[in-house]
Amino acid sequence: MASQLQLSVVKGAKVLMVGAGGIGCELLKTLALSGFQDIHIIDMDTIEVSNLNRQFLFRQSHVGQAKAKVARDAVLKFRPQINITSYHANIKDPDFNVDFFKQFNVVLNGLDNLDARRHVNRLCLVANVPLVESGTTGFLGQVTVHVKGRTECYECQPKPSPKTYPVCTITSTPSKFVHCIVWAKDLLFAKLFGDRNQENDLNTRSSGDASSSEPAEDVFECRKDEDIEQYGRGIFDHVFGYNIELALSNEETWKNRNRPRPIYSKDILSDQLAQRNGNMDKNFATDDGPSVSAMVSLGMKNPQDIWSLTENSRIFFEALKLFFTKREKEIGNLSFDKDDQLAVEFVTAAANIRAASFGIPLHSLFEAKGIAGNIVHAVATTNAIIAGLIVIEAIKVLQNDTKKYRMTYCLEHPSKKMLLMPVEPFEPNKSCYVCSETPLLLEINTRRSKLKDFVEKIVKAKLGMNLPLIMHGSALLYEVGHDLDEDMVANYAANLEKVLAELPSPVTSGTMLTVEDLQQEFSCNVNIKHREEFDEEKEPDGMLLSGWTQPLPAAEKEDKFIINGARTSKTSLATIEAEKDDEIDVVSAGKKRKLSESFKVADSDLPNAVDETRNHKQFQVIDDEDDLIMLDGGDSDRHKKKRLQ
Amino acid sequence: MDGEELTEQETALYDRQIRVWGADAQRRLSKAHVLVYGMKGTVAEFCKNIVLAGVGSLTLVDDRVATEEALSSNFLVPSDENVYGGKTLAVLCCDSLKDFNPMVRVSVEKGDLSSFDVEFFDKFNVVVVSCCSLAAKKLINDKCRKLSKRIAFYTVDCRDSCGEIFVDLQDYQYSKKKLEETIECRLQYPSFEEAVSVPWRALPRKVSKLYFAMRVIEKFEETEGRNLGEVSTADLAGVLKLKKELCTAHSLDESHIPDTLLERLVTNTAEFPPVCAVIGGILGQEVIKAISGKGEPLKNFFLYDALDGKGIIEDISNSNT
Repeated sequence: MASQLQLSVVKGAKVLMVGAGGIGCELLKTLALSGFQDIHIIDMDTIEVSNLNRQFLFRQSHVGQAKAKVARDAVLKFRPQINITSYHANIKDPDFNVDFFKQFNVVLNGLDNLDARRHVNRLCLVANVPLVESGTTGFLGQVTVHVKGRTECYECQPKPSPKTYPVCTITSTPSKFVHCIVWAKDLLFAKLFGDRNQENDLNTRSSGDASSSEPAEDVFECRKDEDIEQYGRGIFDHVFGYNIELALSNEETWKNRNRPRPIYSKDILSDQLAQRNGNMDKNFATDDGPSVSAMVSLGMKNPQDIWSLTENSRIFFEALKLFFTKREKEIGNLSFDKDDQLAVEFVTAAANIRAASFGIPLHSLFEAKGIAGNIVHAVATTNAIIAGLIVIEAIKVLQNDTKKYRMTYCLEHPSKKMLLMPVEPFEPNKSCYVCSETPLLLEINTRRSKLKDFVEKIVKAKLGMNLPLIMHGSALLYEVGHDLDEDMVANYAANLEKVLAELPSPVTSGTMLTVEDLQQEFSCNVNIKHREEFDEEKEPDGMLLSGWTQPLPAAEKEDKFIINGARTSKTSLATIEAEKDDEIDVVSAGKKRKLSESFKVADSDLPNAVDETRNHKQFQVIDDEDDLIMLDGGDSDRHKKKRLQ
Repeated sequence: MDGEELTEQETALYDRQIRVWGADAQRRLSKAHVLVYGMKGTVAEFCKNIVLAGVGSLTLVDDRVATEEALSSNFLVPSDENVYGGKTLAVLCCDSLKDFNPMVRVSVEKGDLSSFDVEFFDKFNVVVVSCCSLAAKKLINDKCRKLSKRIAFYTVDCRDSCGEIFVDLQDYQYSKKKLEETIECRLQYPSFEEAVSVPWRALPRKVSKLYFAMRVIEKFEETEGRNLGEVSTADLAGVLKLKKELCTAHSLDESHIPDTLLERLVTNTAEFPPVCAVIGGILGQEVIKAISGKGEPLKNFFLYDALDGKGIIEDISNSNT
């Protein structure tokens, strides 16, 4: 493998590494050992304690320092003669433009979020620099190669977007613990400690029903004569008692569901509040700042324990009290942070009390923290393996060894005897809105939706643009940039508030808009189609974007592509070499299991974990068939079945 | 488990991995003692992985004095000759590893592994050997098997862009999750000697070519009295001759062991760092499985070739005849 040719391409290469985290630390080490001499590494993060179990270039003493810089210094200790340039910055900063990307022979991603991955993909496409992309979750991982015009780009296939839940599931009919967490974090915590004036789906009025004649009153307003204990009880009784009673009164909802049980503070903590005061005083004396903890003041130690309903209630009151007594100044500006112990304690307790009410199993603080904080599971071994595979692909890319490019999956359970499974890369998706020029279709109510809605929900959220520019023919509707004059800025601000049909250059059914990002040098066209009504639950954005997932017609498949008749057209196949005999097998309608099912956490409801594992292909493995791997890429019917050399 | 809880410090440090394998597995790891022999690149990767994972202790054996060549794929050895000069590989690696995780005891044992007596191995739960002769591997494996306590035994070696792991867990029970149920499973492993002496024609069709190629080179080194990896292009003719003999003896079609593969294995004896990372990673994962008793361990060979990208498990035992 270490041929002269290989050594010379490695020595002469200039590579950009995006990310100095779990994969990044391993990758930088392996690149240095493999003979790379000019490595640039960028990461905006600083080091945290929970990184140290796998990001082996970092030590306890580095906590708080920039990852890219510390990683560079650590590797230079065993390879002092090479050049490593570090940037403590966001890859999305305008400094890292197309010209910046063009100086590199290959870009290697070790990222942890979809947004940055899409951004790097676009810059690599425009700069025409090959990209090796990677991701891991627990024991699962993958490496893919993206070379413009030769293989699919990172966005050729739709990515699972972060999981969202219908509003009513969260507010009225939770059936899983994650629903209770979302309620506790996004509704209750946000209402109590975040911006009170923000719209919130939590019912905060204590009356308004027929039995009361008093005007509706917001229980979340702390009255002047009320002490913090009374206030807390008021909130508790309202959200866990009154609101549940209210929901129960709607018989229709509970026809096919288990009826929840209202919980009131007096039933749980009749005489315990007094007892707690003693501890509180001690807490006042010793603790301060963001390290305040309800667990500490209640003498509870193990975050793995599952608390009883009573314990959860005590934590609820204690945490609420600590927020109001120790961190009063932050109230009104807090947003949930997984590293904020008190916030995690409060959310865990509130979610568990709600879970108890709905007959959902309770969870430990450790588990609740993972769900609430979308914590990705990570181990050193998978990252090391994936980093090794990235370097192997990078060397092939540098040698322009096109035929040998592979996507490699690292599995937890062997498939076809394999733990490391190479698959031939797919060709570019001809209808990809990023790497081809196919326009998108947007169904929207042009007489009700504002330009602002289009910018926020489509251009930023869906198309992942940073500095967008929107044009209707030659008319500029909107633009972001530093060098705009005041008139323009005012003009654009005014446009944002207008509905599409009333813009200076009206946007109606049949209009084609051009949306560009000057930094990403990425542009695409969006055809507008007016639609009057949208389903609030299924289409909460009030608009529907389509057009980048269209499969190619069946006729474009190649001859050797055999699709199993029993499966739907949503199936695509890829074979792996079956020794020297060049047989092609057909999938039989055997027993199938989703690979992810065997990995308990990966297919849980953690939105980001999903992106980490199978960020674009969910693959299914045939249990009892020996020779085939199926890649189920949603609508990716177009993929060819291919043999590997 | 015995109810001992992880400390606050451990919970914070190991947070992300406890989310993968659970607190029980983490407690078992912190009580496990691992011995490694032969500090080259692949073993360095493995050591990094299990020190980060938080094993109880790690003991290193390798009395070879560091040379420039030893640095090439081993990031645990400092590059400054003034620092590494005159020190053994075990000492140098130990110094670096201690730094990775203050909660793991890393130490050095001097001596030649094959001369250690059976009792010596009783202190360990896991023994990993690398860069040693076929005879030494068999000998150490046998010593581990003589103890009443079960020791997980592994060999690991990389040549060119290929790597191989052998696993002997003797009589091994583990639990695995199937849907919501946890089922108890049991596996019987052959020793290294038993495995490599399974007649080739008795093996299932489609056993990895790399398995046979590794046996040919190993046998060549043994008959020539070489250390592991002491081969060069000059030996190719001899290796090919031996391949022919072995294929005849085992009635295996010669095309199962391509000459090009053997040529690669004798030409490039230096480790290829990305392969060290891959093999060291897989081995780390396997050792963690064996210690924690969680998850299905591989039985009993793992073979990886960067050229085709496949990482394959082969069951080489008499049980499948």
